[in-house]
Amino acid sequence: MSKGQIMQRFKLFIPLLVFVALAAMFFGVERRVQRGEYTPTDLPSALLNRPLPDFSLPALDDGRLLSKADIQGELFLLNVWATWCPTCHYEHPFLVKLAEQGVKIYSVDYKDNAEAARRWLVEKGNPYVATIFDEAGNFGLDLGVTGAPETYLVDSSGIVRFRYQGALDQQIWDREFAPIIADLAGEASQ
Amino acid sequence: MKYLLLTSWLLFASFAAHGVIETYQFDTDLQRARYHHFIEELRCPKCQNQNLSGSDSAISQDLRRQIHRMIMDDKSDIEITQYMVARYGDFILYRPQFNAATAVLWLAPLGLLLLGILIWWRMAAMRARPKLTVEQTLSPAEAQRLKQLLSDDETVGKDGDDK
Repeated sequence: MSKGQIMQRFKLFIPLLVFVALAAMFFGVERRVQRGEYTPTDLPSALLNRPLPDFSLPALDDGRLLSKADIQGELFLLNVWATWCPTCHYEHPFLVKLAEQGVKIYSVDYKDNAEAARRWLVEKGNPYVATIFDEAGNFGLDLGVTGAPETYLVDSSGIVRFRYQGALDQQIWDREFAPIIADLAGEASQ
Repeated sequence: MKYLLLTSWLLFASFAAHGVIETYQFDTDLQRARYHHFIEELRCPKCQNQNLSGSDSAISQDLRRQIHRMIMDDKSDIEITQYMVARYGDFILYRPQFNAATAVLWLAPLGLLLLGILIWWRMAAMRARPKLTVEQTLSPAEAQRLKQLLSDDETVGKDGDDK
């Protein structure tokens, strides 16, 4: 067979090769979705590496006005939750566990009923240093929240370093949050 | 001309009004048209491929309310767009701004078109070439030989058919 003929034969297989390449790519993406490493619906936060937006909202427990200055200072988590959110029920015990380990967690009670939210924290335990009551969802809008739960990692200078959409658990904590926190600690000690 | 453009745009925008059942009050038709333009052109951040007008999710309702509020506060189109992009990123725009991150989106169709033209051009050139080479490169001796071969083949073929 001449070189030209080989080339002609090869051309017949191009569609097959394209198919195999695409199939491998889609299969790879599907595997990552199933392992939970990639969620197509997750959006990168527009706030990433930018300051947490300012706010002035009442605290859930006693109604005193809270602002960004009141919660800023050390690295903390800002957890967006609500009693109407089923995934938040699932997530709550892990947040209690994190708080027991000494992680500082603030929260935004997002578009919720204050009475129901207070009862929730009494019954299920309160892992939050303070809870910001965002009844109208305006602070949620400023944060770019698309639903609950969402968790923001804010560093000691008030910059958003990471945002996770969905329920936290030990696996996600170890995989997503722990490396970033370790990096930040490394930067700080330098 | 300007009037015609505005009229046709309003006509287009009025179709969109059937998307959601929500009643917002506007002072002018222009405000209403801008509102409908925005809810058609902005994507629901919670959904994969729905605009604000087509989505019933809580976040879409909030964003529609926010757009209405900003229009009534006399915010410009650019201010509203910037407000949305600052919170939800380029994802929210169905027509993303041209920047480093979105260049692929804008240029890929053009690249594919060029690739298509290139392939088509190569194939057309190849199809045209063999005819010319056969006609032009046969020397008299080669032509003689070809004729001989062809006639040989014919006799063999006839023998074959008889069996």
